[in-house]
Amino acid sequence: MNDIKSAFENGKAFIPFVTAGDPDLATTEKILIEMSKNGADIIEIGIPFSDPIAEGVAIQEADLRSLASGTTTDKIFDMVKRVRSEIKCALAIMTYMNPIFVYGTDKFMRRCSECGISAVIVPDTPFEEKQELSPFCDKHGIELVSLIAPTSHDRIKMIAKEAQGFVYCVSSMGVKGGSITDIGEMVNLVKSVSDIPSAVELDTSTPEQARKAVQNADGVIVSSAIVKIVGKYGKDCIKPVCDYVKSIKEAIS
Amino acid sequence: MSKGKFGIHGGQFVPETLMNAINEFEQAYNHYKNDPEFVSELDFLMREYAGRPSRLYYAEKMTKDLGGAKIYLKREDLNHTGSHKLNNCLGQCLLAKKMGKTRVIAETGAGQHGVATATVAALLGLECEIFMGKEDTIRQALNVYRMKLLGAKVNAVETGTMTLKDAVNEAMREWTNRVSDTHYVLGSVMGPHPFPTVVRDFQSVIGKEIKAQLLEKEGKLPDVVMACVGGGSNAMGAFYEFIKDENVKLIGCEAAGLGVDNPKNAATIANGTLGIFHGMKSYFCQDEYGQIAPVYSISAGLDYPGIGPEHANLADTDRAQYVPVTDEEAVWAFEYLSKTEGIIPAIESAHAVAHCMKIAPSMDKDKIIVVNLSGRGDKDVAAIARYRGENIYE
Repeated sequence: MNDIKSAFENGKAFIPFVTAGDPDLATTEKILIEMSKNGADIIEIGIPFSDPIAEGVAIQEADLRSLASGTTTDKIFDMVKRVRSEIKCALAIMTYMNPIFVYGTDKFMRRCSECGISAVIVPDTPFEEKQELSPFCDKHGIELVSLIAPTSHDRIKMIAKEAQGFVYCVSSMGVKGGSITDIGEMVNLVKSVSDIPSAVELDTSTPEQARKAVQNADGVIVSSAIVKIVGKYGKDCIKPVCDYVKSIKEAIS
Repeated sequence: MSKGKFGIHGGQFVPETLMNAINEFEQAYNHYKNDPEFVSELDFLMREYAGRPSRLYYAEKMTKDLGGAKIYLKREDLNHTGSHKLNNCLGQCLLAKKMGKTRVIAETGAGQHGVATATVAALLGLECEIFMGKEDTIRQALNVYRMKLLGAKVNAVETGTMTLKDAVNEAMREWTNRVSDTHYVLGSVMGPHPFPTVVRDFQSVIGKEIKAQLLEKEGKLPDVVMACVGGGSNAMGAFYEFIKDENVKLIGCEAAGLGVDNPKNAATIANGTLGIFHGMKSYFCQDEYGQIAPVYSISAGLDYPGIGPEHANLADTDRAQYVPVTDEEAVWAFEYLSKTEGIIPAIESAHAVAHCMKIAPSMDKDKIIVVNLSGRGDKDVAAIARYRGENIYE
């Protein structure tokens, strides 16, 4: 079974991101189950990193809250494994190279596989460095998602040719959020060399922005909107998160 | 494929958004480093603006007092802006200008790299923004004002430990955010390729001068070259010329803070493990899950949890030795050099002076140690006074 592929088979895919362990893993567990019930097609589970340089302040703060509450990579895997059968959608791990490398890349991918995780997204590991990951991903059947950015230009075809799972389009220039730029053109370049689906990342998104974004892509990734809701409501975030997930899923359906 | 490797270390672990920018930077560097016009412009600035070559000073009183090896100080503290940092900033800013960039950004710990970047930006007419941990803006308040005087905007970074590591995070974010008109003037031999190579090349003037100057004064090579190491740019600059001279011992002095056995230290080779962070594979102070450790040193410039990849390889291959030096030892050396030679060293450089004081007495009198005095200590005077219980603020 290819979970990632099937996630793109029923219309536009909705891919929310959540930082594991913020405010605690019990809350993350509920968020995963409820998001999958309310329209998420793939959930990106963020393993917190002390220094998330590719992300803005909202996710950095969530990472630090999570680490302060005692979250570790092992505890995240244990939680996902325990509740995997209750989560109906595909799961991807998003984290930085160092937590994977120091954990042991082989062991990390094996744990992903054991926990029913289909893909990994590693924003500080570009095409040129993917050998650090891909042999271990291949060995354990984990797809290594490739990222492209508005600055990628001539690199897009090279990246897309070897991409797995889906292509993650970083839409806003940089990490602090910004305008949607040239998404259609980026996705067209991907399509010219591969039939792999493309999903567009929005930092925080209104339903209207999500609807616009998927006009030119196969799915939408919401990177910090849910993190911000969790940051605001803490353990009481389940209902507002569900309401938000529903609103985006409806908007793009 | 993976580029910029030193043994197993190095590489280009950065977000895709930056890949074209660092590739473009690499191409420009490879072009201009052999461009006679660029080389002569840089050479002119190094001489006329920075004041190079810096002196190689025989520290006679210190030598006699310690009673062992002959000690020379490479006076990078006498460069314009007061440290070796200017060498790299002149090179990178000139390159940035050639590449058509109109804005430069930089991280800074002690403020020396920030001041040097702001200085060259002023000289070359580039817009300049500096990222500095909030903790460091307090420790080094004078340098913050200096950067503002030079026309730079200074952003106090309030995330994480609010020190050098967080300033690098924020500068990388800012570069990701605005890459088209901006060059990131990375201040040390770290980060993604080509920075470790470019910064080393621009700093290698230090070692070349040491070699020529010592040959002239003593007719031989030094027995030991030593320097303090945070990211490692002044050390790499001093070492590089001597790597092939196998009889020259190279010693990097790391900041051990309150001691290598105390969690409050920044001694990466002593305590670090292999990791991948800030664009490079190298050694980092971190936990078993790869979370970067909140390191500590009295010296804001050495208060960094990693080390440049070429140093990591010099450590792996035993070509260089890395030794920990505590806050207390560095402060003692800071005071000693001030009183003995009338030279107030940067607290960073005082780490190397401290190790020199440890090993010189037991070495023969015909041996020669060169200590790279990477910066001057004016910026540290108030902090050292406070360390000694005198409540002075700048």
